[in-house]
Amino acid sequence: MTRTTTLGALALGVVVCLTLGTLVAVAWRAEGAGGFGPADWAAIRFTLWQAALSAALSVALAVPVARALARRRFPGRGILITLLGAPFILPVIVAVLGLLAVFGRAGILSQALIWAGLEPVSIYGWHGVIIAHVFFNLPLATRLILQGWLAIPAERFRLAASLGFAPSDIFRVFERPMLREVVPGALLVIFLICLTSFAVALALGGGPRATTVELAIYQAFRFDFDLGKAALLALVQFAMGAGAALIAFRVAIPGGMGGGLDRAVTRWDGGGWLVVQDVLCIGLAALFLVLPLSMIVARGVPELMSLPGSVIEAAGLSIVVSLSSALLCLSLALPIAALAVRRGSALVEGVGYLTIAASPLVIGTGLFVVVFPIMDPFALALPVTALVNAAMALPFALRALTPALAGIETNFGPLADQLGLAGWARFRRLWLPRLRRPLGFSGGLAAALSMGDLGVITMFADPQTATLPLQMYRLMGAYRMDDAAAAGLLLLSLSLVIFWIFDRGGRVDADA
Amino acid sequence: MKTFPVIAGALMATAAQAETLTVYTYDSFTSEWGPGPAVEAAFEAECGCDLEFVAVGDGAELLSRLKLEGARTKADVVLGLDTNLTAAAEATGLFAPHGVTGDWTLPVDWADATFVPYDWGYFAFVYDNTKVSNPPKSFAELADSDLSIVIQDPRSSTPGLGLLLWVKSVYGDKAGEAWASLNDQVVTVTKGWSEAYGMFLEGEADMVLSYTTSPAYHLIAEEDASKSAAAFSEGHYMQIEVAGKIASTDVPELADQFLAFVGSDAFQSIIPTTNWMYPAVTPAAGLPDGFSTLIQPEKALIVPAAKADAVRDAALTEWLAASAK
Amino acid sequence: MLTLEGMRVEMEGFTLDAELSVPTGARVAVLGPSGAGKSTLLGAIAGFQPVAAGRVLWKGAAMPAAPAKRPVSMVFQDNNLFPHLSAFDNVAMGLSPSLRLSEAERVRVGGALQRVGLNGYGDRKPGRLSGGQVARVALARVLLRDRPLLLLDEPFGALGPALKAEMLSLVADLLDETGATLMMVSHEPQDARLIADHVVLVAEGRAHAPVSTGEIFANPPEALRDYLGQA
Repeated sequence: MTRTTTLGALALGVVVCLTLGTLVAVAWRAEGAGGFGPADWAAIRFTLWQAALSAALSVALAVPVARALARRRFPGRGILITLLGAPFILPVIVAVLGLLAVFGRAGILSQALIWAGLEPVSIYGWHGVIIAHVFFNLPLATRLILQGWLAIPAERFRLAASLGFAPSDIFRVFERPMLREVVPGALLVIFLICLTSFAVALALGGGPRATTVELAIYQAFRFDFDLGKAALLALVQFAMGAGAALIAFRVAIPGGMGGGLDRAVTRWDGGGWLVVQDVLCIGLAALFLVLPLSMIVARGVPELMSLPGSVIEAAGLSIVVSLSSALLCLSLALPIAALAVRRGSALVEGVGYLTIAASPLVIGTGLFVVVFPIMDPFALALPVTALVNAAMALPFALRALTPALAGIETNFGPLADQLGLAGWARFRRLWLPRLRRPLGFSGGLAAALSMGDLGVITMFADPQTATLPLQMYRLMGAYRMDDAAAAGLLLLSLSLVIFWIFDRGGRVDADA
Repeated sequence: MKTFPVIAGALMATAAQAETLTVYTYDSFTSEWGPGPAVEAAFEAECGCDLEFVAVGDGAELLSRLKLEGARTKADVVLGLDTNLTAAAEATGLFAPHGVTGDWTLPVDWADATFVPYDWGYFAFVYDNTKVSNPPKSFAELADSDLSIVIQDPRSSTPGLGLLLWVKSVYGDKAGEAWASLNDQVVTVTKGWSEAYGMFLEGEADMVLSYTTSPAYHLIAEEDASKSAAAFSEGHYMQIEVAGKIASTDVPELADQFLAFVGSDAFQSIIPTTNWMYPAVTPAAGLPDGFSTLIQPEKALIVPAAKADAVRDAALTEWLAASAK
Repeated sequence: MLTLEGMRVEMEGFTLDAELSVPTGARVAVLGPSGAGKSTLLGAIAGFQPVAAGRVLWKGAAMPAAPAKRPVSMVFQDNNLFPHLSAFDNVAMGLSPSLRLSEAERVRVGGALQRVGLNGYGDRKPGRLSGGQVARVALARVLLRDRPLLLLDEPFGALGPALKAEMLSLVADLLDETGATLMMVSHEPQDARLIADHVVLVAEGRAHAPVSTGEIFANPPEALRDYLGQA
């Protein structure tokens, strides 16, 4: 018991230091900074409105797609729904490269437009940022809303059919109330995600017009070495994140990671042109999601055999960082979950969720401020990347682990207590085997997130060390697009494979 | 006792063998088609040491990188700042005087005791003359055209900073308004020159901020005459690129030797056809043929190094304000 | 002897008082309407249910706080086995929770499995055992733990009548061998008749003192009558 308390307190301490501690360091450093210039205010405005617009667009587009998926059965539906979960662990920079290949001025969309005698489009600027955000969050929104649809009991649709409801009646009676419940949560989740957008704005923002606060922190840091300005911006970023997170906690957040989305609801309405509409929705959404990634595969595969040595080296580093991050994440999440379950404390769990409001660049700035006087921060680039990504994955890990652990303790706690199964033996003989699934899932998530991270590493990396996403970004900067695509393909594969291995590892041979 | 000097000599030789000179520079300098490989081979043959180039983004990022690393920096020499940044760089206190006397053929007199110039050029917008038939002849014409341009961020890139000061030199107090009207043309603002030039070559924009000498690359290296630099009647801003020695270097002699090498014909003759700039000392063999086809600005603009930092701050604020809208 | 001395359990909107003793070696059925607190009573004795007042005594001394330190083996309604461990390991947990066993201990585990009729089933996980076999594994562990007080919280509720009778007779045999005291929650009076010599009636917030089985069924108090559905 005391061990649970000690370890739990220790893990909570690390989280508090990482979030509030770095914030204090940042605030202390920000004291001497001047106020904001017009460009800083523009960054704050842009951050808020792009997040709002990204959320609104993602959800608005997700509604018809989710409805189509809810009421249609077709071959490949299961695969498509599984794919909808993939963007979550998709490295941002890979997606950006794929989107460039589709929506860039030299991309296939522009080529088609030119062929049709129209003006080509440009992806740089705010619309590029929004396109990328919708690319990432449309699938998430679709899964969240699809869950709402599938939660409507099948009997109601049967009843509706027997009463001769038209699709508009079904919408009014069943679907609108469901959407009213699900949509606000989905909007908030996506708003929160887009609020900390960095890599997308870095690669596609196109300068001061589309700079997010996270990017402004990076610029203040790397371009101007203005720690005071970086710190001030970090405070704003944290305030925005905390504000949105507080609102989010008041709204029921739907859980989008769960399974059970495989079945389709049998419905008796919606023939004729509704079929056409659904086919279009699903087809366009699938095209929008699959095309950019296919471009990476198509462009990357031929180069895969001739990858530069620097890319292979970077991949090795990324694997190490990714595994360390998974280990760190679980070593933080397990003690916190254990303490939360033991104490039945929502506060303990709440502290664990602090990192939702924090952002990688804010934590990075804080760590830099703390470490700089003591030692060379650049020597810590890789550990910091692993740690920060572990912290970012922590809320998801807690969300998977805490209820699972609570369930274990409810079901098997008395038996274990009676047998005197305590301490290490309880951990090893009861928790570990029974937590394999959530552990595998959370570990995989942390591993994949840090594998693809192009956030805090950009602050800390020195010119000689690069993780795979950073190396890929550098290749893009040198316009070695084919090499970048191959590196992207490698990165994409590594992220998916490492998640798959963890997740699989948690499922194999798991007893009911 | 005769053996002692022999042993000491042998020890010193091996010590010298192991010595490494670390030079921070910008990306394109170290790329395989840039000056890096040739410079490395030539200097290593001369010094018997190991010359290591470390690419740190674009030129202006070099300076912020140095500020970030402070006295802990691993750099012995920094190569790739320009006169717009030398005052700010000197103010960091990280640099030591060089003592190199060169027979500079720069368009200006050189008297800087801290930095050694290694090449120079004029900024210009480069375009594809098979696609753009009527290039703009001034900023005003550019702003009125429907041509798209890629430029670099003045906070991270020396060409970006050059453009900032170019516009400031031309427009003075009206620079903010000039930017407001130019911004419609800007497709994107990249972190460095490499990104921007690559985007231009991939067709993401009609024009790119680069140098009057850039077309020489396509002409000489690729036998492609399709790239031209647009001559602006307001004049062209001049860039003089420099190298400097880090005061805290643990191989000061080697650093001095490198800076002297920078002014030598061996280094200078590499520059025109790898960095595609005018050398700081015209090589004995003269300039390559293609260089004679390049446009010659009617008027050269430059903000004196001592004033550049102050002008930069004011111009940057204007640019940010105009560009953030 | 088990003594509940002014014991009181308080839960939300619910209290249970007990003032009673159970003689060593007795076999007691705990009967009463559902929700009356039968499981709560056992939980308090086993140390899972915090006691608001009074004491739980064994042989005149207060029981230690930790459930594992009490002279008690308890078999729950369900979740008596860890699904991820083999039958052997589940039984072995009764000797060493860390599962570090000496050779002699391994022999004892095998013997316990044999005693409950599961020879050769040691490698199986609970998922591959029938309901009756699961109950037998739990009883094998009880046998091995060899605690003087056995608490059964309706562990055979999900079994059919024949299987349940078989289990009860196995329990009776084990009790004969170990001389342990039994308290068994059931909602079937038939179970009480089969195995118990005494009945503790739990009703209306009170656990009554044990009465001999023959006597209580011959002359049931009103609470039991209501529960049994007899007029």
